[in-house]
Amino acid sequence: MGHALTPEQAAARTVFYQADEHDHEAGGSTLLGFWIYLMSDCLIFAVLFAIYGVVGGNYAAGPAPKDLFDLSLVALNTAMLLFSSITYGFAMLSSYRNKVAATQAWLVVTGLFGAAFLAIELYEFAHMIHQGATPQRSAFLSAFFTLVGTHGLHVTFGLVWLITLLVQIGKHGLNRANARRLACLSLFWHFLDVIWIGVFTFVYLMGMLR
Amino acid sequence: MLDPIFGRLSFAALPLHEPILVATFAAVAIGGIALFAAVTRYQLWGYLWREWITTIDHKRIGIMYMILGIIMLLRGFADAIMMRLQQMMAFGGSEGYLNAHHYDQIFTAHGVIMIFFVAMPLVTGLMNYIVPLQIGARDVAFPFLNNFSFWMTASGAVLVMFSLFIGEFARTGWLAYPPLSGIQYSPDVGVDYYIWALQIAGVGTLLSGVNLLATIIKMRAPGMTLMKMPVFTWTSLCTNVLIVAAFPVLTAVLVLLSLDRYVGTNFFTNDFGGNPMMYVNLIWIWGHPEVYILILPLFGVFSEVTATFCGKKLFGYSSMVYATVVITILSYIVWLHHFFTMGSGASVNSFFGITTMIISIPTGAKIFNWLFTMYRGRIRFELPMMWTVAFMLTFVIGGMTGVLLAVPPADFVLHNSLFLIAHFHNVIIGGVLFGLFAGINYWFPKAFGYKLDRFWGLVSFWFWVIGFWVAFTPLYVLGLMGVTRRLRYFEDPSLQIWFQIAAVGAGLIAIGIGAMLIQFYVSFRKRKELRDTTGDPWDGRTLEWSTSSPPPAYNFAFTPLIHDGDAWWDMKQRGYQRPLQGFRAILMPANTGAGFILAVLSTVFGFAMIWYMWWLAIASFIGIVGFTIYHTFNYQREFHLPLQEIVRAEEERSQLLATVRS
Repeated sequence: MGHALTPEQAAARTVFYQADEHDHEAGGSTLLGFWIYLMSDCLIFAVLFAIYGVVGGNYAAGPAPKDLFDLSLVALNTAMLLFSSITYGFAMLSSYRNKVAATQAWLVVTGLFGAAFLAIELYEFAHMIHQGATPQRSAFLSAFFTLVGTHGLHVTFGLVWLITLLVQIGKHGLNRANARRLACLSLFWHFLDVIWIGVFTFVYLMGMLR
Repeated sequence: MLDPIFGRLSFAALPLHEPILVATFAAVAIGGIALFAAVTRYQLWGYLWREWITTIDHKRIGIMYMILGIIMLLRGFADAIMMRLQQMMAFGGSEGYLNAHHYDQIFTAHGVIMIFFVAMPLVTGLMNYIVPLQIGARDVAFPFLNNFSFWMTASGAVLVMFSLFIGEFARTGWLAYPPLSGIQYSPDVGVDYYIWALQIAGVGTLLSGVNLLATIIKMRAPGMTLMKMPVFTWTSLCTNVLIVAAFPVLTAVLVLLSLDRYVGTNFFTNDFGGNPMMYVNLIWIWGHPEVYILILPLFGVFSEVTATFCGKKLFGYSSMVYATVVITILSYIVWLHHFFTMGSGASVNSFFGITTMIISIPTGAKIFNWLFTMYRGRIRFELPMMWTVAFMLTFVIGGMTGVLLAVPPADFVLHNSLFLIAHFHNVIIGGVLFGLFAGINYWFPKAFGYKLDRFWGLVSFWFWVIGFWVAFTPLYVLGLMGVTRRLRYFEDPSLQIWFQIAAVGAGLIAIGIGAMLIQFYVSFRKRKELRDTTGDPWDGRTLEWSTSSPPPAYNFAFTPLIHDGDAWWDMKQRGYQRPLQGFRAILMPANTGAGFILAVLSTVFGFAMIWYMWWLAIASFIGIVGFTIYHTFNYQREFHLPLQEIVRAEEERSQLLATVRS
């Protein structure tokens, strides 16, 4: 209002619809949508971290972090997950160059690192439970198993997704839909890495200081 | 001992000893059989499956949400009437007609149903229907997810309804505070019904939040900058931000409660280091944003309605937007006012008391914006506008009692009293429900092509508004006298008169609800008379009124270009001509039954978890994962809506429009 319009601007302002329109392909919002979903997932972890922060010191006369954690094992585990993130990055780079076989190969390597991470985590859990440090023993252990276990469940879910995607890439190659799915899984996988850094620092390292 | 096949489920779980429930079940069963027979008789199953159950059209999904919400409103209101009758009767030796076991389930179910399965579906339905139309889009960002979200919400509602006849519902109050909701004090299935109904419905709510958020951010018509969005779209945006930011907290806290109940962990127990107050904090970190999730879209409705029926641009558009955003943020830092009595100390309570009071400032700004829009406007008192005025009068009172409760010392007296009950019904009924009725009356002609009957609308309006005040003013009085909530029996006979008045109010509201159902029926019968041929029955201002009523499946034959905040008003002022040729085939998402199937599997999973039928839980969980993977192998999710169909639909509209002019 109030501004003098040039004749072209005035003419543009009387065009009320797009006469010449292209198809809007579905999936244009997928990455944004998935990102929003990840942020909501992040909040679930935020709650679990908060719970751990509040009751993480409530040992109920049971074992404390120092009695349970083996930092060298956790360091190995962390390495597995970080390596898997790097190899996923290589898978993405291969996919940009449209190299189907290389993408698949890197995904397999990623999956193996992920599986190794899970195996070590399960071993750690089994060891703790064997020692009597069960999730029921104290609020600290409830919070520990839930936080670390939720992360582990996410990795498990990521593995199922990864295998599915491998099959789908095998069937259809790196078409647009598969490339989008690969990008979403990439977000998911790196997100789990970031969460793990939090777990490693907040639960294990700071736990040993307690 | 657990039965390996049926878990905890046995014939003892059927409430045969409760005559009220047996009679209800008989009525529901007869009604269900009649409905089933009618659908079969008129061979509607195929139609329902193809056109509704598997639909990914945001408009039909919106309508299904509304239907779900209205059906559940009847259930939730039946609970309310039962409570009012019980409290009216149970004085001076009379035990009333409900035993404690049943009464406690009723007040819990009433709250849960009204919030999760009435208010949420109605609000989500409205956003689903209107937002894509207001931003000039053809559907939401993820049409399949939209269908899935709806069916997950419906699945949660189904589980709550199951609890009426198989087993029992929680007896803990609508937020299921531990340790009462822990396995030690609530060993039965009630709390498990609560948990799984909310978890399954919560998946739907969260995904629909993500969906609408992506839709509003990515799919606005060219030219519609953020500050040119209609206010309803703005408030929907903020609400969906809140959904995405709040519902994960509910999911997490309910998972922790489930772990306590199923696995024996110690998050919220009294011993082994558990901390029940942690639950109360977390659930309110979800719960307080939740009340703003409910009210914000309705603030949007009132803004649209006021501008339309005063024939003016909304007063203070940008202040309205900023007020909405400020409320969105503040809603996150007030949760502790729900339990000042926890004893966090003076400084913590002061902080939360002050933030709570501050929220009334942006809310007050909104009220003034509506008033100034009305000032010197040419007000048309159609039904939506009447609901808006009733809202302003009612909500302001409710808001002010809220500010009273925000004062910690006052709250120590009023905590958990009927004053609190009166306050939140004052804002939820006076705000959310009145807003929904305004919205339903306003957009009904858009969705169905005919207006709602005015006479029955007026009957409904007056009975609702008067009924509300008759029902809840006595609760304010009782609350000030110190009567607490959730009581089944009273000693002091001098209180009885207030409960009797409240029961009369509930009766008036019942007439209001009945009149609304009659309004739908009468309008359907008179649909030819009430037909909206223009697509713009109220002389509206926003884009949804630029298309036909009801809109075609593709919403807009051409994507609109936006130059002004009130886009459709601008188009009308500057001589917009509806395009009559040059149509193209439009790429549309294809229907799919996957969402429905997944929701059915989820219902089975929830039911199996509730009753400890482990084999069935495992099987249905594998089913969910397997079917999801199977669904991802479907790459053909779109089709071109053929040109002839678009030409046919547009020609039909031309003919309709011609009947107006002649």
